[in-house]
Order: sequence, then C-alpha cells, then structure tokens
Amino acid sequence: MSQFREWGVELIKKAATDLPADVESALKRSRDSEVPGSTAQNVLDNILTNIALARAESTPLCQDTGLVNFFVTAPSGTDFEALKGDLIAATREATKRGYLRPNVVQALTGKNTGDNVGENLPYFLFEVGQGPEIIVNVMLKGGGSENVGAQYRLPDARINAGRDLQGVERAMIDAVFNAQGFGCAPGVLGVCIGGDRAGSFMGAKKQLLRPIDDVNPDPELAAFEARLVEQCNKLGVGPMGFGGKNSVLAAKVGLLHRHTACFYVSLTYMCWANRRAKLIVADGKATLV
Amino acid sequence: MKKEPIRIQLPASKEQFRSLRAGDEVLLTGTLVTSRDMGHKLMVERHPEFLKPLLKGTVIYHCGPIVMEKEDGWKIISAGPTTSSREEPFQADVIAHYGIGGVIGKGGMGEKTSKAMVEHGAVYFHATGGAGALLAKRIIKVKDVHMLEEFGVPEAFWVLEVQDFPAVVTMDSIGGSLHRQILADSAARRQELLDL
Repeated sequence: MSQFREWGVELIKKAATDLPADVESALKRSRDSEVPGSTAQNVLDNILTNIALARAESTPLCQDTGLVNFFVTAPSGTDFEALKGDLIAATREATKRGYLRPNVVQALTGKNTGDNVGENLPYFLFEVGQGPEIIVNVMLKGGGSENVGAQYRLPDARINAGRDLQGVERAMIDAVFNAQGFGCAPGVLGVCIGGDRAGSFMGAKKQLLRPIDDVNPDPELAAFEARLVEQCNKLGVGPMGFGGKNSVLAAKVGLLHRHTACFYVSLTYMCWANRRAKLIVADGKATLV
Repeated sequence: MKKEPIRIQLPASKEQFRSLRAGDEVLLTGTLVTSRDMGHKLMVERHPEFLKPLLKGTVIYHCGPIVMEKEDGWKIISAGPTTSSREEPFQADVIAHYGIGGVIGKGGMGEKTSKAMVEHGAVYFHATGGAGALLAKRIIKVKDVHMLEEFGVPEAFWVLEVQDFPAVVTMDSIGGSLHRQILADSAARRQELLDL
C-alpha cells in the first residue's frame, strides 16, 4: 500500500473516532451552562461520554460517518491524479476496516456501492498552495445535518430580511428554527454571504474547516458571529431539540463577491459531531492534527 | 433531582407501553429490530409476515449501524439513531400492522404517528443522536439479520439484543409530545426575533 494511502486511512480514522479538542471544549461549556439534571444536560453528558469512549476505543463516534470530503492544498507540480487515487483507495480501506459506514448509494436505485466511492464521491476540492507542503483536510458530514442546510435569497419578506447583516441574521434564525433537533443540535453554522448559488454553498462548507475557537479576522464578521450564536440560542431548541440554552455551538461566516442582482445567504449545518482532521505532509513526513 | 430511569424488558405488554409518559427516562433490555427507509417501505407495501413474531410487543429502532463481521459473528461497532421523520408516511401503518410498542429514533415524529400511538398504545423513545459508540456498547448481541443482501448494511433489519439501552420518552400514548411543545415554544421566539 502506498504511503499516502496509509496516511489517508489514518486521517479518516482520526476524523471518525477522535473529535477535535476545540469541539469537545465547546460541548463541555454547553453542558455546564444547562440546568443541572435537565434532559438537555443529560443529553450533553451522553454526548461527552460517547466522545471519550469513541476516542479510547478507536470506534466511530457516530454510526453516520457521512460523506467523505477532502480539501487538498498542494504545491503546483503535485501529481494530483495520483493523490486523488490514493485518497479514494484510503476511503475504500477505511470502510473495510469499519471506520466508515458504507453510505454511498446510486441516486435513483438506492443501491449501495459498499465502499463510499461513487460518482463525485468522495468529494474533492483541490487548491494550489504557495508552500512546499501538502495539506489534506478531511470532513465527515452526516446526512441528518446536511438535510437541514438552507439557502436564502434576500430580500425575503416572509422573514422580514433585507440585504444587510440583520437580514442575514434573520435568515439564520429561521434556518435554525426549521432545523429544530433534526441536525443533531447543538450544531455549528457554516455561513456564506454572497457568491452564486453553487459557490455560496461551497463557501459555507469551507467555513466549517475553521476551529470553533478561532476569531474571524474581519472584526465586523467576528462580532456578527458572536451575535448569531447568541440570537439563535434564544430560540430554545436545545440539544437534540429537547429544549435548552444551547441550540448552536458556533457560527463561522465568510463573504464572497456576488452579482449585483443576487444576494444569497447559505447555511451548511454541521452536527455537534463536527468531525474533521488534517494531514500535513512536509519533507516526506506526515503529521496528523 | 434526577428521577431514576424506568426499566423495561422487551417484549413488553401494551399496558407497559401505555403507562409511559413524555419526559420519562427509560432503560430498555431485550430484543429489538432496526429498520429505516427501505425497511419501512417494504413493511407498508408488502407486509412481510416473517417480521410479525419478531416485532410483536417490541420496538423498531431507526438506526443504520456500522457492523463488522468477526470470526464469532456480527459485531455492532457504532449504532446511534437516525432521523425518524423520514418514516412518518409509513410508521402509523407499521404500528397498526405489526403491533409494535414503539419506535426508537431521533427528532420525533408527526401527527399521523402520534395518532397511531394513541390508538394502538405505542410510544416514541428518543435516543441521543450521534452517540453511536456509547449506544453500541448497550447492544450485547446480534441475534439475526434480514434483507442484508437486498438492502445493504445500514438498511437491513438487524435483530439485536440490548441491555440498559438509554432513551427518553418524547411522545406517549395519550397524545403528549415534547417535540410539539418545543416547536410551539421556539416558533413563538422566532416570531419575536424576526420582528414579525
């Protein structure tokens, strides 16, 4: 097995079984803020126990290991085809070893391919980087959370939303309300303002690669992200939709330029099991983060 | 103070399921069967008889587990609940035809299912979504599997023995629904927040 294939399996294994520390810390803060003995707090206790158990035993923390998304940054001159082949092989091997559930089915017949590989899957986004290293981010995105994503076209009179940050806020409040517990709250909101329809959703998804505790470099957006969390949590949907103070763990917001006639706001909702991992390969040595 | 969870041995009597109320925390022990989209479609369209003795008095778990075949048989690796609302068009019929005492899932179900639960004495058990590793620990044995070839691993009917499987009753047989209440409360807050 090629080295990159083996690294790819380890990368997927880490994402599926070892939730990033920043996500776990955010869940702990949520747990402590709920009413002692409430169902909301019990649910978060279950979630935290589950995270520790999955990590200790190297088992997938959620059985819906989602669709596999690879975000690759590599220097120009990289053999992208070979890299892609290795990561597809890694996906097959990770499925065989039980780190991934076979989730990929033919669109119309529903026939399972059995190995998480299919048309356009695993999903790849390649970018040429400036540095010498190869960076592979993997994101495992479950079906329940993907189902509650949404795209709004502003202005939208139904939700009293204009083409400004207040309008964006209202769109996201509406989306989090509609999501209730179905996306496995408390989730992370990946939000993109602008772009065309397809680009806007991709921009929203890419926001989910940011750690929970990072601060948006744009001070206006940084303040907006904090406000979005606060406002959405006023809905009281709570963990798994049981009611409570924590409906949303974090919001990550990015901007894309747009056509002057179009104003899209897109939400890619990530469940509390915000599974991502990063592989950095430099000078032939691999590091997993 | 936290109430002690109610222990239920599966299969259980109609009276036992009827005695549960939304908000009750339970620990389930005994045999249950998983089923999701393809299984529910099959149960409603073809009413397969082989499932009748398996389902009578027990519960259907909305779950597509990760399963590995080991030397001594199947082993459940991760097995949390999937979104139940996808089975809303089918569940009432399944409750009526197979005499199940309830379903386990996440997210709750709608009015059609709630009505069937009142009529036939069944309840909805909510398990913690995403807690696949934890819940797999409470599945002590894979007793059998049906339609594995046809449906694939996540969609097959897995007959499982569970011990102290934790869940919360969120819909009961007198029409109570925690989901309906949270939806109404959050809808009121949405109106305020959107200045509508």
